[in-house]
Amino acid sequence: MRIVRLVWTGWKFHAKSLTLSGFYLLTAAIQPVIFASIAFFMFKAGAREGTLLYVSLGAGLMGIWSATLFASGGAIQWQRWQGTLELSIASPAPFLFVLLPMTLASATIGLYSLIGTLLWGRLLFAVPFEVADPLLFVAAVPATVMGLGLLGLVMASTFILWRNANALSNLLEYPIWLVTGLLVPISLLPGWVAPLSWVLAPTWGVRAIRDAALGTGEPLAAIGMCLALGAAYLAIGSLTVRYFENLARDRATLSLT
Amino acid sequence: MTSLRVFFVGGLTSYRALFYWLTPWVYVPSLLVAPIFQILLFVYIGRSAGLESDEFYVIGNALQYAAIPCVFAMGFAIGGERYQKTLGSILVSPARRLPLFLGRAVPVMLNGAFVAAFSLAVGGFLLGIDLPASALAPLALVVLVCAISCTGLGLINGALGLRVRENAVLANIMFGLLLIFTGANVPLDQLPGWMRAISEVTPLTHGIEAARLLADGASLGSVDHLIGQELLVGFAYGLVGYGLLRFLEWQSRVHATLETA
Repeated sequence: MRIVRLVWTGWKFHAKSLTLSGFYLLTAAIQPVIFASIAFFMFKAGAREGTLLYVSLGAGLMGIWSATLFASGGAIQWQRWQGTLELSIASPAPFLFVLLPMTLASATIGLYSLIGTLLWGRLLFAVPFEVADPLLFVAAVPATVMGLGLLGLVMASTFILWRNANALSNLLEYPIWLVTGLLVPISLLPGWVAPLSWVLAPTWGVRAIRDAALGTGEPLAAIGMCLALGAAYLAIGSLTVRYFENLARDRATLSLT
Repeated sequence: MTSLRVFFVGGLTSYRALFYWLTPWVYVPSLLVAPIFQILLFVYIGRSAGLESDEFYVIGNALQYAAIPCVFAMGFAIGGERYQKTLGSILVSPARRLPLFLGRAVPVMLNGAFVAAFSLAVGGFLLGIDLPASALAPLALVVLVCAISCTGLGLINGALGLRVRENAVLANIMFGLLLIFTGANVPLDQLPGWMRAISEVTPLTHGIEAARLLADGASLGSVDHLIGQELLVGFAYGLVGYGLLRFLEWQSRVHATLETA
């Protein structure tokens, strides 16, 4: 119960903090709109207008991933700059549950991207937004946010030892967009990419959201995969957080100053 | 003589200071690996949409990526001084502003050209793009010109850093707009008229067009007007950036906002 309260309070706190960050909101809202616009123009010029909602949803997910990645890269570093990292780690609450709300909140704020791109597509490119299965769509969105947030947790935990974690998070933006099929069908990519995409939550998240919106495939199975991967990430994250935290204590490198 | 020293020594020192935090651990992922993935992403979107050849996206995105080092670094050149609490000292110094800021711009330009050339070479190699040997030297010139024009835009970003704290947001937005308006990914004739009009005065548009023509076998002489236009656009942005720097420096003194922006 105390853990639930900690995660809930932390999530609310970080969601509010991120909402006040102009940098974060602009990045979350504008970047996916720009990528969506490029994709709209490209697909329109390529005479594939029927796929514009597909593009719109994918671009929205790109924004959620960027937001998660950005916060995961910064989660440790921001605390380090503010001098609160040692306090958080020394507190009786497990550090895992201090970190988790931060990555979950960032993935949640990424929803601005999804809403922004859908609105942008509707207003400027007349992309119809008709959801085939509203109930499953509503279920798919939080499941996706959860999956991405927990993937962010695994990454954030490995960044404890790294002063330049933000650079790695920059690096992971395009590859994940590409291999999880957010804008490009995975079938178009080399065969070895497919197994890689299966262990990444955004693959299933975008599939769940698209299938629910377009009335194709099996959204429920994709939601299940997203949640199952989320549980696996949580298990991995709990191990990596403990391991890297101990390593940082042993080497006295927590503050990395 | 003093101006020359400010230009060379100041520029070099500022650039080396940039590398205090821009270590290989940051430089390689952000400036050498990320552009390759940007190229791959748009190549695959292009294939999916059935729009243009791989070469179109490799050239467009490699050159467009010069914007990251140029626009961001010029922003950091000003923002970094504020962060290190040295901006006030620099601005009260009697050093002439033109060599002061241009000195900071030259290494940024060279770095931008290197990043674009590296992206073009590696992206082309990975995707099997054959560039005629005769086009390599003219392409190198175009890459350098593109970096110059991007640095002009970067100077505006740096100047705005005197008034706006979130310099990186501006740089991100500029980078995103360049992705659309330069024709890096969408052929200009597919854009609405008003966007095409903006493209004409956007850095990189003419440079990317020239590079694509050169890669298709055109001679340097046949694209010299495009290179000239690109240079002209770059100088115009540089001029506006410099004017803005002087104006906002004056404003910061009048309103005492140098450290609070």
